[in-house]
Amino acid sequence: MSISFDKALGLHEQALNFRSQRAEVLGNNIANADTPGYKARDLDFSAVMAEQAAKSAPGAASHYQLETTNSRHIAAEGFDMGMGDAALKYRIPTQPSVDQNTVDAQVEQANYAENAMNFQASFTLLNSKFKGLMSALRGE
Amino acid sequence: MSLSSLFNIAGSGMSAQNVRLNTVASNMANADSVSSSVDQTYKARHPVFAAQLNDAQGGASLFDDQGQAGVGVEVKGIVEDQSEVQKRYEPNHPMADKDGYVYYPNVNVVEEMADMISASRAFQTNAEMMNTAKQMMQKVLTLGQ
Repeated sequence: MSISFDKALGLHEQALNFRSQRAEVLGNNIANADTPGYKARDLDFSAVMAEQAAKSAPGAASHYQLETTNSRHIAAEGFDMGMGDAALKYRIPTQPSVDQNTVDAQVEQANYAENAMNFQASFTLLNSKFKGLMSALRGE
Repeated sequence: MSLSSLFNIAGSGMSAQNVRLNTVASNMANADSVSSSVDQTYKARHPVFAAQLNDAQGGASLFDDQGQAGVGVEVKGIVEDQSEVQKRYEPNHPMADKDGYVYYPNVNVVEEMADMISASRAFQTNAEMMNTAKQMMQKVLTLGQ
């Protein structure tokens, strides 16, 4: 019997990673709230989840995995290109603007706050996993 | 890690809004600076914002450009307002030209005030964003404790 970090931590690690990446994308929207022609972007959570689930499914070839045609080729495991490039999408604007900017500052702020809260939630869950492992190791 | 680049993004936003506030201050201060010719008259100044892209870091990126999220905002430059300056007939003014006209800048004070409020609010939002990112990072440092 062995303790595997991947099994023990589950998706929370990736979730935390996703939240920090989404914070970056949303932060970029807010910083560009007054930039003419800037198009607001967001990460699609369900698309990222589907991608991660497909990646972690047993036997499934990762989307970014390198092909090894020779036994001496080194498998690039963990070669993660960052969370879902495919999931990075453009936001559909609710109303047109004169300068072609699609950032709605209030929407972005709300999403940013929600994302920060979800980050805390993911962190708490991940932390409790670690605490569980610690108490298992101590055997108290 | 992306949380640390959030500091750069918020910082670039704060810096851009700061430039905008500076131009507003300059425009407001010079709203009544008269002169005796069109060329010498103060023209309203406005910053031009542009989104910063990741490939500015140099080197071939693994990501194609449509996948890039961008890394903040930059001030491309400051342009002078090309609208007409105000010409007023004030023959007793010491700066009046030979026909009795003085020239006032094309600064719209109402527009500048609105711009100032907008810049100030955007600055606050960026500062708050940086604060939240700081809290998130501090929280991560306590992982496993």
